[in-house]
Amino acid sequence: MHSTSPNNSALISAKSIYKSFSGHRVLEDIKLSIEPGQIVTLIGPNGAGKTTLVRIVLGLLQADSGEIFRQASLQIGYMPQKMHVESTMPLNVFRFLQLSGKHDDAMVDETLTLLRILHLKRRQLAAVSGGELQRVLLARALIRKPGLLILDEPAQGVDLAGQAELYALISEISSNQGCGVLMISHDLHLVMSATDEVICLNQHICCHGKPEHVSNHPAYLDLFGARASQDIAVYTHHHNHRHDLTGKITHSHDD
Amino acid sequence: MIESLIQLYTTDFVLYALAAGISLALVAGPLGSFIVWRRMSYFGDTLAHSALLGIAIGLLTNSNPQLSIIISCLFFAVLLTLLERRPGVSTDTLLGIIAHSSLAMGVVVLALSDSIRVNLEAYLFGALLTISSSDLLWVVAVAAFVSLILYIFWNDLLSATVHAEIAEIEGTNVKRLNLILVLLIALVVSVSMKIVGVLLITSLLIIPPAAARGLAQTPEQMAIKASCIGSLSIVVGLTVAFFLDVPVGPAIVVTASAIFLLLYFYPGVQKV
Repeated sequence: MHSTSPNNSALISAKSIYKSFSGHRVLEDIKLSIEPGQIVTLIGPNGAGKTTLVRIVLGLLQADSGEIFRQASLQIGYMPQKMHVESTMPLNVFRFLQLSGKHDDAMVDETLTLLRILHLKRRQLAAVSGGELQRVLLARALIRKPGLLILDEPAQGVDLAGQAELYALISEISSNQGCGVLMISHDLHLVMSATDEVICLNQHICCHGKPEHVSNHPAYLDLFGARASQDIAVYTHHHNHRHDLTGKITHSHDD
Repeated sequence: MIESLIQLYTTDFVLYALAAGISLALVAGPLGSFIVWRRMSYFGDTLAHSALLGIAIGLLTNSNPQLSIIISCLFFAVLLTLLERRPGVSTDTLLGIIAHSSLAMGVVVLALSDSIRVNLEAYLFGALLTISSSDLLWVVAVAAFVSLILYIFWNDLLSATVHAEIAEIEGTNVKRLNLILVLLIALVVSVSMKIVGVLLITSLLIIPPAAARGLAQTPEQMAIKASCIGSLSIVVGLTVAFFLDVPVGPAIVVTASAIFLLLYFYPGVQKV
């Protein structure tokens, strides 16, 4: 396994994290650190402990053992995997964003514009589509200008073209605002192009490193099969552009 | 008609009843909205049922009845909150067990003590017209206190209701807020006993917000409109009860339900 020495500039770092649920070990000797501007992606099959790890990093769940170091006064923006929208509560997007604190109109507009959902500002949350709701949740995570964004499957329920766009947006935000990003993803090929580091998790860290490195790693191939790896290999050759749904090439933001 | 109305509204006990009922309706608007949003109506019901056990114990130990109801409601609120986190029994089963066993225990305890003669019906369906000035004071004080706490924690409570984890990460102490909300419900349930009774308390908490839902664009509008609908139900219910000579508590609840139905089926009001 590759090991890097503990870095003081890390926003958050965790080491030797162990967690079991009623005798069943879910996480074993996990090590993780996120730098400002760095995008770290957790991938792994169902039940690999991805969400558990994220919840521990967030402080929502206590690890059985291990250390977590969090930079003093670090603001975390969190986007959950899903949100149940309670139809009995009248709540529009603007008011939803205000739940995290008083934000002035300009601030809200700026965030919504960045995510290209300004038109949803006065829309009731119950009338927002699944894909749009993901962006609204991302807006809530972003509006407090966090140093670290934690995203649990941000592209869930978003159509294919929208997914690529969303990941591009996340990497754009990370580089523009200098915030670190920790995200969980199943969308292997999409995420590879928008991440600096991949951690392949299956209770323990199977392998980690640059996307190109991980996609050729035997542990990764074991977990996801060679087919998945080829898809990624093909993709990484062309990572200076993207395809939209019709196959048309659209230029990515980092070239 | 007009004369008898004037006579009605200038009688001491009717004024007490109106003041108590409206104070309760005002605080029930926002508090009941949270019960609707969080789907806690069965929880409120359970607290109300367990209040009867509080009455029985209060009478047996010869302590202040209002105080013993409050203490028992707070006790059951904390107990339910603690039990809720245990796996193995689902929350609605647990609530059902506690609601009905404590109601049954209350009735048994009351029946066993020969020395005590209680009008059980007054506790089950309320006795708004018999409330004393000290009853009124309790209702007004609790309503004012609960409103103040709701006002202070309003945004945090909303945030915790919409998504507990996001709220927690943004620095809200969600567990503490949940406990506060449960205790506030217990307080309001315990003073509203005399007004609508054990069996009808929850309806006064949930019907006005449910009726207000279609008229509201924001959570605040829903809470305020629920308060208005609740107050209207108190005034109309009381008047109807007086003229038709029917029990006041049920008359109030029937009025609230009628307003709900009217708003729910009225064309032009947004359906949920």
